[in-house]
Amino acid sequence: MDISVFQTIWFVLWGVLWAVYFMLDGFVFGTGFLAGVLAKNDTEKRVLINAVGPVWDGNEVWLITAGGATFAAFPTTYALMFSNLYSALLLLLFSLIVRGVSFEFRGKLESATWKGAWDKAIIVSSFLPSLLFGVAFGNIFKGIPMKNDFTALNFTYDGTLIGLLNPYGLVTGVLFVLLFAVHGSLYAAIKTTGDLSKRSAVLANKLWLPLLVVAVVFLGYTYPATKLYDNFLKAPLLLIIPVIAVASLLLVKFFAAKGQCYKAFTFSCLTIVFVVFTGVTGLFPNLIPSSIDPASNLTIFNSSSSLLTLQIMTVVALICVPTVIAYKIWVYRLFRAPVSNEDVLGSHEAY
Amino acid sequence: MDVVTLSQLQFAATGMFHWIFVPLTLGLSILTAWMETRYVTTGDEMWLRMTKFWGKLFLINFALGVVTGITMEFQFGMNWSEYSRYVGDIFGAPLAIEATLAFFLESVFIGVWIFGWNKISKKAHMVTIWLASVATNISALIILLANAWMQKPVGYVLRNGRAEMENFLTVLTNPYGWIKFTHTLLSGYALAAFLIMGVSAWHLLRGNEIDFFKRSFKIAAVWAFVTSVGTGLTGDFHAVEIAKTQPSKFAAMESQWETKRGVGMNLLLLPDPARECNAVEQVCVPNALSMLAFHDPNAEIKGLKDFPKELRPMVTPTFLSFRLMAGLGTIMILTSLVAIFLSRKQNLEKRRWFLTLMVFAIPAPYLAEQFGWLVSELGRQPWIVYGVLKTADAVSKSITTTQVALSLLGFTVLYGLLGAIDIFLLVKYAKKGPDKDLSTIVNVQGRA
Repeated sequence: MDISVFQTIWFVLWGVLWAVYFMLDGFVFGTGFLAGVLAKNDTEKRVLINAVGPVWDGNEVWLITAGGATFAAFPTTYALMFSNLYSALLLLLFSLIVRGVSFEFRGKLESATWKGAWDKAIIVSSFLPSLLFGVAFGNIFKGIPMKNDFTALNFTYDGTLIGLLNPYGLVTGVLFVLLFAVHGSLYAAIKTTGDLSKRSAVLANKLWLPLLVVAVVFLGYTYPATKLYDNFLKAPLLLIIPVIAVASLLLVKFFAAKGQCYKAFTFSCLTIVFVVFTGVTGLFPNLIPSSIDPASNLTIFNSSSSLLTLQIMTVVALICVPTVIAYKIWVYRLFRAPVSNEDVLGSHEAY
Repeated sequence: MDVVTLSQLQFAATGMFHWIFVPLTLGLSILTAWMETRYVTTGDEMWLRMTKFWGKLFLINFALGVVTGITMEFQFGMNWSEYSRYVGDIFGAPLAIEATLAFFLESVFIGVWIFGWNKISKKAHMVTIWLASVATNISALIILLANAWMQKPVGYVLRNGRAEMENFLTVLTNPYGWIKFTHTLLSGYALAAFLIMGVSAWHLLRGNEIDFFKRSFKIAAVWAFVTSVGTGLTGDFHAVEIAKTQPSKFAAMESQWETKRGVGMNLLLLPDPARECNAVEQVCVPNALSMLAFHDPNAEIKGLKDFPKELRPMVTPTFLSFRLMAGLGTIMILTSLVAIFLSRKQNLEKRRWFLTLMVFAIPAPYLAEQFGWLVSELGRQPWIVYGVLKTADAVSKSITTTQVALSLLGFTVLYGLLGAIDIFLLVKYAKKGPDKDLSTIVNVQGRA
């Protein structure tokens, strides 16, 4: 098979990894930064943390995998994406570090000051990555100011951290925050019990309208700000992807309003996945476009690994990814029961 | 300082910090899994209490190992983008494989292990810690194979302005990587065993839970001895491999300036890099260095002077780190031998001087681990990929001194804080001792 086949396979996998990552870590971020609003006391906070406890680490690995897959399949993109967006990624990294230890450390001392400090840490370190991922992807959709010469191997970047906070980047950032907020409150609604669950469902319903408004602004603004729609105009059949995203978003409200939070959460998963698919489909065959020079776009063709490496990685992915999905489904089923106040109070092991 | 030096400092600092937590994870996960296996096979509740107590310390330590690992993956692209672009065709694959094969397994089953005590059967629960533990060890293997490729690049061809994969099997079977893996793994097991001995000694000195800590100490002593000896033996093979494939590193480790045959080893030695010789050379064991390097008393050893100055690693720190690592390793072998002997006597808790020594011995393997990495990475300089790509050519071009200085400062503050908290918690929970009441788990598991 021709190398472009494998490059395309890896482009699709690249999109899938990001989509699954945002779907899974999205609800951890959402419950994290909403913990202060949703939980009224320490026990409820613990319930929320324990609701994501068994799965958050495994969810975060999708990010490591997305990063690793970019490195393995598109090393030039990995290299330039990470170095050009240095400061933004650093903030993201610090947040992820703090969030991870917060879950583990919070319950280790019986002190209100200690717990209060980690509660704040969880809120900030869940909110910041949500925003930053959105800003980063907004800028990727739009293109970043880089000039790349692939024959002379000369790569320059002309952007700054502040430059990333352009209006379109910020709209995408807010979109991500609201997507994760609705997603996280729906997760809290189905994974907790009693008042906490009810409050979460109410919040999800309230947050849906702002999300819809921002989603409409995002879809509209994408037309002048990016070239994402070009692919859809060339092949209108692809419009099915954003249509599923929008339909799912509407169904989130349809079911949430009826109090059917499981179904609402399922469609919230689909919304996130198809929002990412919409963006990624619009990018193809670019991974990161340049905002100043189309010849400098990082594409799957000019930034990929060799045919051999792509073939090896395809075999690895074919074996590993289904296995991972299988045991992850087993774990989600094992911990499918909602967490109650009594569960947390009666357990030595809970966070 | 320039971007290269700052990035090197940052990579060294974050890597070494990461490596405070990883060896204990490697060793303590296996030991905890083994304790739980003993519980499941014998039904003796003491083993369950041991699993819970040492497992708690394992988890506190594990948290920081995981989060600081993400930094390592990010930094290849953030600070070393030229490196990533140049070798990504080979180096990226192991990283992606590590994530899909090992990290998922590890993180998912650690979650089940922590939260699953009452949800699955005893046996299934034991399997989860084994899966997590094996995954951790696989991850060490894969990342060390990747590191080995930087030390001894194999299976590649220079093409299209970069190093491209030619034979993946050769990369996976790189002998340098397998020796390094075995050496590193055993050292991690030894470190965990020394921690168990040290903490047990602390409690025995205070008369707490004598049976519990004697049993812990006894197992750990055997582990510590076997793995310390194993670390030494594999270290010897590792040195042979280095002498063969990285002669400039070997010469710096031994501060050998002249190329000679049948070289002896000076037990007392102090390098003088400015004058390209040694300031002190005393107590020479004849032919020992040739023996160490090639297992042949008359072998020729290439001296530093045979390398152009700009291709030599920093001699003094490489040499000192190597000597300190080897010295600490020797002390560990001797102490653990005594520990086996004394732990088999009835009155271990009365050997106060020895128990005190074991408490103070906890940092020894930690230091040895750090020195080991210093030898490995400093000794490879000025190369990032030995003989293929220089560190100075590997750094990102789009980042500035200010950016890296700030990030280094950020890492120092954040890691300093988290490290202090983690050590504080480890000490607190180590001192607290094992829980008495395990009724909730045992009852529920009885039903399962």
